[in-house]
Amino acid sequence: MTISIRQVEKSFGRYPALNGVSLEIADGELLALLGPSGSGKTTLLRTIAGLEFPDQGQVLFDDDDMTYASAAARRVGFVFQQYALFRHMTVARNIAFGLDVRKGRDKPPKAEIAARVDELLKLVELDGLGGRYPTQLSGGQRQRVALARALAVGPRVLLLDEPFGALDATVRKSLRKELRRIHDATGVTTIFVTHDQEEALELADRVAILNLGAIEQVGTPAQVHDQPSGAFVCGFVGAANRFEGKVQGGRFQDGEIELPADGLADGPAVAFVRPHEFLLGAAGQGDLQITAQHVVAQGPVVQLDGVTPQGRRIEAAVARQSAGELKAGVQLGLTAQRSYVYPA
Amino acid sequence: MSGRARHPTEDAWWVKALILGVVLVFLGLVLVLPVAAVFVEALRKGLPAALEAMADPDALAAIRLTLLTALIAVPFNAAFGVCAAWAVAKHEFRFKSFLITLIDLPFSVSPVVAGLIYVLVFGAQGWFGDWLIEHDIKVIFAVPGIVLATIFVTFPFVARELIPLMQEQGVDEEEAAVSLGASGLRTFFSVTAPNIRWGLLYGVLLCNARAMGEFGAVSVVSGHIRGLTNTMPLHVEILYNEYNFVGAFAVAALLCFLAIVTLALKTVLEMVQPHTRPARH
Repeated sequence: MTISIRQVEKSFGRYPALNGVSLEIADGELLALLGPSGSGKTTLLRTIAGLEFPDQGQVLFDDDDMTYASAAARRVGFVFQQYALFRHMTVARNIAFGLDVRKGRDKPPKAEIAARVDELLKLVELDGLGGRYPTQLSGGQRQRVALARALAVGPRVLLLDEPFGALDATVRKSLRKELRRIHDATGVTTIFVTHDQEEALELADRVAILNLGAIEQVGTPAQVHDQPSGAFVCGFVGAANRFEGKVQGGRFQDGEIELPADGLADGPAVAFVRPHEFLLGAAGQGDLQITAQHVVAQGPVVQLDGVTPQGRRIEAAVARQSAGELKAGVQLGLTAQRSYVYPA
Repeated sequence: MSGRARHPTEDAWWVKALILGVVLVFLGLVLVLPVAAVFVEALRKGLPAALEAMADPDALAAIRLTLLTALIAVPFNAAFGVCAAWAVAKHEFRFKSFLITLIDLPFSVSPVVAGLIYVLVFGAQGWFGDWLIEHDIKVIFAVPGIVLATIFVTFPFVARELIPLMQEQGVDEEEAAVSLGASGLRTFFSVTAPNIRWGLLYGVLLCNARAMGEFGAVSVVSGHIRGLTNTMPLHVEILYNEYNFVGAFAVAALLCFLAIVTLALKTVLEMVQPHTRPARH
């Protein structure tokens, strides 16, 4: 099922959560809504779910206008950040809930419901735990029950609100893989909200970056990382050193570093260089001079923290093999192999 | 004692003993002694005399009236309490804090004033006085008045117990139920109600205890007609004023006994559900 979001606006009192957001979501895709706190991503997700209604704009499922349809009528599966499992029901009853509340002819016979519950318990690898209560499960297990419960009704779209936020790092990583596996197995259009860019870039087919209630960029993980459309995306996705200065005659200047800025009009600008796109050279050469302060080897990469003559902090990263004799106090010249410059 | 390793935030033994001692003395003088005195005085002329006083027809009528009043007031306030808590905790609307303050009103109003309100509204010279006389309906100095006054003073108990409980539980589970296709009513009965059952029971117990023991408001609207419009607390007053101390204390002992049963039930509840929200009064 495709989803169309057209110029959706939503305010809470005087606080504008969404400022004219438009987005097209393809059938069967796994889309991440990524952004900092307060960017509107959860509000957008809840608007798609029918847990919030927009002030303006439209939400369409395929070609049906669902903007003001109730959540119950939309047949969406929603997974909450804090799971929201029904605490006084067993795992099996939790998962069966969506089917239990169906009325009349829509409600499947008991045996069928039980079979579906078993099928889903197997899918989320919680076989045999149907009789337990939520309080008897670990965080990761609860999240899987929440996922199974959302899938039980055969939803047209699966919506997850920071599904792994409340879990520790190891469980988070393994559940990420689970989600991908389940998505590939069921083929359901899936949208998840996260502020963890590693998660978004690793999992999603496409990523939509939100900031202050508007979409900054939508693209594949590679696109938003390598071809950021603006200063916010560039600074938010992946690590970057940020420089503020101005463009003059096609070149960016901030007093210490000079970078190419083809095609940009003269005026104030902001530039970014990613740590791993600095080339280390001898002092006196290159675009920027620094004194190394802190050198840490992290696996295959050596992280270098340095400071410029004017006291600005710079981060650089280089492959271990090319690191050579790096230690604190060494003077270096950095060359930017690649940079991003945007008008301020 | 000083050589023993002590937890960093633990007080010295004599501090603990002193504080505990003060608390015990205070509790003993203010609570235990009076309650014990009631039972002692009730049994002063022996158990048969006490039982006789309780079996007196007027006493029995008072007991029946107390139970009837509680039987009406408690379910009514429980229903209201659930509705109010549901509205406040699960929804956003403009006059929420005003509603909550209004619910707390019976706590801040003196019970005598509460009773007076009903006399002024439903009494012979009251707002509805003429209409009531015309239709031969007696509210004041009759059972309906007593029930109304009791409802007023026990109004907040269930609501005050449920509002913070439901606010703490939030709306997540209800949203989950709705997103899975449940209707509003189904959501309430399948999700909300089971989550509040212990809080509700606790609130009902408190409401009941107060409903049975209310004196001030009921005294004003009652008319004190022996055998007809006296509740147990009122009957205790009458017996005492007639110098029938054994009788008075016997009925009072019965009231105390009911209070103790209420407290025991509350303790059992807290043991069964250890994470029940502690009372905030």
